[in-house]
Amino acid sequence: MTDVASEVIAIIASKVRGDHPKIELNDRLEDLGLESLDAVEMIFALEEKFDVQIPFNANNARTEFDTVGEVISAVERLVDDKESRAR
Amino acid sequence: MNRVVVTGLGVVSPIGQAVVPYWTSLKRGVCGIGAITQVPTAEELIQKVAAEVKGFNPLDHFEERQISTLDRVAQFAVVAAREAIAQAGIDFDMSLSVRTATIIGSGVGGQTTHDDSFRRVYRDNKTRVFPLTIPKLMVNAPASQICMLCGLRGPAFAIASACSSATHAIGLAFHMVRSGAVDCAVTGGAEACITFGTLRGWEAMRVMTPDVCRPFSKDRKGMVLGEGAAIVVLEPLQRAQARGADILGEIVGFGMSADAADLTAPDRGGMVRALQGAIADAHLSPQDFQYVNAHGTGTAANDATETKALHEVFGPHAGKLAVSSTKSMVGHALGAAGALELVATVLALREGIVPPTIGYLGRDPACDLDYVPNEARAMRLEAALSNSFAFGGLNAVLAVKKFS
Repeated sequence: MTDVASEVIAIIASKVRGDHPKIELNDRLEDLGLESLDAVEMIFALEEKFDVQIPFNANNARTEFDTVGEVISAVERLVDDKESRAR
Repeated sequence: MNRVVVTGLGVVSPIGQAVVPYWTSLKRGVCGIGAITQVPTAEELIQKVAAEVKGFNPLDHFEERQISTLDRVAQFAVVAAREAIAQAGIDFDMSLSVRTATIIGSGVGGQTTHDDSFRRVYRDNKTRVFPLTIPKLMVNAPASQICMLCGLRGPAFAIASACSSATHAIGLAFHMVRSGAVDCAVTGGAEACITFGTLRGWEAMRVMTPDVCRPFSKDRKGMVLGEGAAIVVLEPLQRAQARGADILGEIVGFGMSADAADLTAPDRGGMVRALQGAIADAHLSPQDFQYVNAHGTGTAANDATETKALHEVFGPHAGKLAVSSTKSMVGHALGAAGALELVATVLALREGIVPPTIGYLGRDPACDLDYVPNEARAMRLEAALSNSFAFGGLNAVLAVKKFS
């Protein structure tokens, strides 16, 4: 697992509700108990952590970020973009 | 108990800075949403659009020395109040002035003052802010300024319940006039929060559309901020008739509720209780209504939940209702929204014309009612509801009848 992935999972874990001892890539955010406000807070935490801007609109959140793996891929992509621009 | 009628209306909106142009624009489906022009640092924002009251010049309405005492939100409120009082044709002598309530909703008060002052200290490293920062930003400033500039000396205060502020204000004023606690009320809402800091806050909520607001439509992408004010004059029917006033409509019911659930997610149960409360307060049945001016923010969650609530309250009659969201044209003016929408509802009943929901692209399976898409509709109207459902889970609904 990449560093980005493990840090994304740590941030998601801090927002999870209920008993989820291990977070898997294909876990759905909804099943982890992340309600709409939790998702918005998660996005904010990810943006602050990685200094990226995540195009997230709560009005179509269900299709954008359904699973933990999708959130990780999106953040990895944005971090890559940022680094390639910096080079 | 008095019957309570509307005898004056006043509006400052993105699609008309008086009642007649506002109503004409609503009927034509004019969109007031566009690129943000009034925020000096707008290029830094992610959110690029809002529904601004463009070209509003305070010098058209106030003397120069007055302007430094009035935040934009209070300017809107006073301009709308003056129009409403002028239309009502009431001369507030001392005996009526002390018996007139001034109840004005605002979600967040003087945000321009707030933003300008705090930008000075945080960004520009100044050590002092403008002298009237506090009395301009306080949320009761619009109510206080209307009292001062229109000479109203009765019960007066602000109501803050976010997007429901104006509807709560008008509802409370309606109950005070109905009970005889006052002989007249000047009531409504005002908002002017298209500022850098506020927009940053809305961006962080992740509920804003990047372009246009399409309530209840498929492919809707969220809400858009608006601003403005609307004020109505309410009086007991007997008093209005005795002085030969032109009666524009009748407020017949008011319902309110708290979700006690999520801070921002809409709740069908809370909506249903406010709707049923308004209908019961009016002593009407669901079948008596033909039109609902919806809260209809254009977010995925509100519009689907509001549709479910209307199904629950109206049963099979829901399919016969015309339901429209004028926020498609004026954006979401938060604490002014309920008043702008009540004015639209009163005029819809009076003229028998329902303003449309513009930007409508087609049916979303979760929104299966008749939303009067894109074009105004002439129809027989007797009674209507105006919905406001706020962040914080505070809901308010007014029931209005055509006066006869």
